[in-house]
Amino acid sequence: MAGEDQTSGEYIQHHITNLTYGQLPDGSWALAHTPEEIKSMGFLAIHVDTMLWSLMTGFAFLAIFIIAARNVTAAVPGTLQNLCEMVVEFVEDNIRQVFGTRPNPIIGPLSLTILVWVFLMNLMDLIPIDFVPWVAHAAGINYFKIVATTDPNATLGMALGVFALVLYYNIKIKGPIKFGAGLFTHPIPHWSMYWFNIILETVDMIAKPLSHGLRLFGNMYAGEMIFILIALLPFYAQWALSLPWAIFHILIISLQAFVFMILTIVYLTQAHETGEH
Amino acid sequence: MTINLTMLGQLISFVMFVLFCMKFVWPPLTQAMRERQKALAEGLEKAVLAEKQLESANDAAAVELEAAKKQAAELIAQARQRANQIVEDAKGQATEEADRIKLGAQSEIDQEVNRARESLRARVGELAIQGAERILESSVDQARHQEMLNKLAAQL
Repeated sequence: MAGEDQTSGEYIQHHITNLTYGQLPDGSWALAHTPEEIKSMGFLAIHVDTMLWSLMTGFAFLAIFIIAARNVTAAVPGTLQNLCEMVVEFVEDNIRQVFGTRPNPIIGPLSLTILVWVFLMNLMDLIPIDFVPWVAHAAGINYFKIVATTDPNATLGMALGVFALVLYYNIKIKGPIKFGAGLFTHPIPHWSMYWFNIILETVDMIAKPLSHGLRLFGNMYAGEMIFILIALLPFYAQWALSLPWAIFHILIISLQAFVFMILTIVYLTQAHETGEH
Repeated sequence: MTINLTMLGQLISFVMFVLFCMKFVWPPLTQAMRERQKALAEGLEKAVLAEKQLESANDAAAVELEAAKKQAAELIAQARQRANQIVEDAKGQATEEADRIKLGAQSEIDQEVNRARESLRARVGELAIQGAERILESSVDQARHQEMLNKLAAQL
């Protein structure tokens, strides 16, 4: 809800600004206090809140699954192991359907990490929008976004990681020469069209991580924005909109985590395909 | 939305989490799942086997039961036969015993009859002599008539 001394615009602006640490124009390193300061920091700055919450959710994921893996038994599983195995089995099923049964040491753990981690980061969206920032404000922190996936840096960072793997497997499976040649001969295998093919393939290459990362960001950002707009209503009326939207959002956060994982699997599958298609 | 170092930070933590997951999470969980799948498959196989064994055991039990029944019937028949024989034997012995007792009684009766006859004979001789004495009113020579009287008595 908008504070007494804030306009709606300021309230929204406040909620979509990350807590940024970087170099101020006067040369000192500090947390930014205004959007102008953030802008002046440029690339050499870091979103403390995004990093904090993504690391916390990531460690939560690891903690849950490592506890389950430590106490793992092939006999009757406990509740936690059961839950974790359900997730692992779901991931394995999807890999089997898209990627097939090719042996690959990384696609399983990669997909599992993405699914659960992105889900947990998205899950922060369901915490009432003003709750954590209000606590942070009381502690003297200006900006505090808790949903890491509403920060394009987070989603693009992960997409870049996946993209690096895609390049790695493209070169490993097809060989550097065949992969390089493929950029020129695909989709139109005629020498006069090589210039056209390389442009097309380059755009395709760049579009992959961009669309991968921005799809997740866009969906989560839009969802977050709706919550912010709902929070502008009088407090007694907010539940009428925020409750249905939150319930609907449970579907969205799961779906987006799933989509991010499936796209990863699809990209890696394409990287492994050597035959003509 | 500004792009800055956060992207690299996120990339690094992403790589780190994936590596951790690869090393500590994925292998034990998937291995346990494989093992359980194997154990389940084995268990199901064993269940089928056990069912077959149960079936054959049931068949064997039925055969045994049949044999036992037959044997029991034989035993009962034997026992009945033996019981009949014992009864027959007892009957025979009883008849023999009865005959013997009857025989004893008969001989006793005969002896008793003879004895009675003897005493009767003696009495008849006396009575005859008395009668004769009375008739003759005279003394009769005992010695002379004794022989005649004995002859008379022997005729009785």
